[in-house]
Amino acid sequence: MNPSWARVQLARHPKRPHSLDYINKIVEGFQELHGDRHYADDAAIVGGFGFLAGRPVMVIGQQKGRDTKQKLIRNFGMPKPEGYRKALRLMRLADKFRRPILTLLDTPGAYPGIDAEERGQAEAIALNLREMARLQVPVIAIVIGEGGSGGALGLGVANRVYMMENSVYSVISPESCAAIIYRDASHAAKAAEALRLTPDDLLKLGLVDGIIPEPGGGAHEDPDGASVALAAAATHALDELSQMDGPSLAAHRYDKFRQMGSFFSE
Amino acid sequence: MSWFSKKQSPVPMPDSERTVKTEGLWQKCDGCGQIIWRKSLEDSLHVCDKCGHHFRIDARERIRLLIDEGTFEEKDAAMATSDPLSFVDSRPYRDRLKSMRKATGMQDAIVCGHGQMQGRPVEICSMELKFIGGSMGTVVGEKITRSIERCIAGRVPLVIISASGGARMQEGAVSLMQLAKISAALMRLDEERIPFISVLTDPTTGGVTASFAMLGDLNIGEPGALIGFAGPRVIEQTIRQKLPDGFQRSEFLLKHGFLDAVVPRSELKSYIAGALGFFVGN
Ligand SMILES: [Zn+2]
Repeated sequence: MNPSWARVQLARHPKRPHSLDYINKIVEGFQELHGDRHYADDAAIVGGFGFLAGRPVMVIGQQKGRDTKQKLIRNFGMPKPEGYRKALRLMRLADKFRRPILTLLDTPGAYPGIDAEERGQAEAIALNLREMARLQVPVIAIVIGEGGSGGALGLGVANRVYMMENSVYSVISPESCAAIIYRDASHAAKAAEALRLTPDDLLKLGLVDGIIPEPGGGAHEDPDGASVALAAAATHALDELSQMDGPSLAAHRYDKFRQMGSFFSE
Repeated sequence: MSWFSKKQSPVPMPDSERTVKTEGLWQKCDGCGQIIWRKSLEDSLHVCDKCGHHFRIDARERIRLLIDEGTFEEKDAAMATSDPLSFVDSRPYRDRLKSMRKATGMQDAIVCGHGQMQGRPVEICSMELKFIGGSMGTVVGEKITRSIERCIAGRVPLVIISASGGARMQEGAVSLMQLAKISAALMRLDEERIPFISVLTDPTTGGVTASFAMLGDLNIGEPGALIGFAGPRVIEQTIRQKLPDGFQRSEFLLKHGFLDAVVPRSELKSYIAGALGFFVGN
């Protein structure tokens, strides 16, 4: 198995900690907040406030389920428009009261379904991308498992973007990529390699700021150790970013994404 | 005599070649099946006179239809991707780019520049579907972002004509981040109160819809255009059922509240110019 495909397997490992596992371990007094105030409460995205090492923080993450029942409730971690709109509502709430935001990215992708299209999946993600750029508070995003394309990025426009050691971040799933290139999803391993989706790849491409090391064989073997590492990285980033005022934070976030690209003019 | 008759006998033409020859003069309408003479199609803005079906047209033809003659000034035409992943599938991405450039005469999937629309200055970006499915990689991302920056610097309105299957797979996460880059630039355009008219044409899906195409002050669809986040085939595979007629078409999005209007091609220029007059006129 090539290392990229092995990483995809670890990122999707059934015992890997999900957003609420991390939140319950590292956020004191977490209060979950529900609903987008337009349509529904999407269980594939969780959000709420609490304290991270004594600092007030709004935490929002895509949420996968572990057993069959939970998987269905969480829609396999695939948010619908109301999930992205809930996330935006909570981010604006944090912005209003000058509280930093921590997002945890873990989704195979935004849900591709009739109802999601009817309610504007694309519009919901697009709006989050634009409005996250406007926020005047520190935003930290951490890919904890699967960073599935626009569905993940909808929570990912941050001042600091980190990836857990065994996570991936990609424009398309290796299976879908293989289906397009080789007309055969079983070539996913090859596609995973071509897509350069590992934390090392993204760091080299200048798309993320750092990699959070996982203990031992990975977060699924030691969720406590992984939580400690994640909390340490987030706390450190919070302390750094708290030195900046609102407009500087928005400008910093803007400049960071502005330089992403790879082109030349003859 | 014998050699003469031999020369007269038709040389069998391969099927592919025959199709190309036929397509050169005639085109079948996807809407009503009518066979239309290509020249008359050009005169009718590539819209079927019988059923109103809007044929796909290329990026430069769009600009010709929307921008006052002789006013268009292209920008960043030479910008090209540096293939950040050194991507290889059935063939190297670099080779694919080369043949695309030869076929389209473009460096990548978008034309951007400055021009006038009924005498009003605008910055316009027009996507080319024939260039790797109009997909958005680093060049599309950078060129649109520069257009937005020029809009801010010169206080000029922005018009983007989308035609795209989404982010470009061959540039991986670098393509993905272009969604954020462009959307962030649009945040600044929004703060400057400079109008952005987004025109969504057939097809506009994936990361393009999930970023700039849905962020217009006005979102305008062409009649019958496929517009969505996920492509119809992906949705059918997920839910394992056939999709209803008209699903993800402009009229469907209008009904569900995501387009301001569906405007026929023949009225698009005067519609946009009128809207800009409302937003920034005296
Ligand atoms: Zn017709």
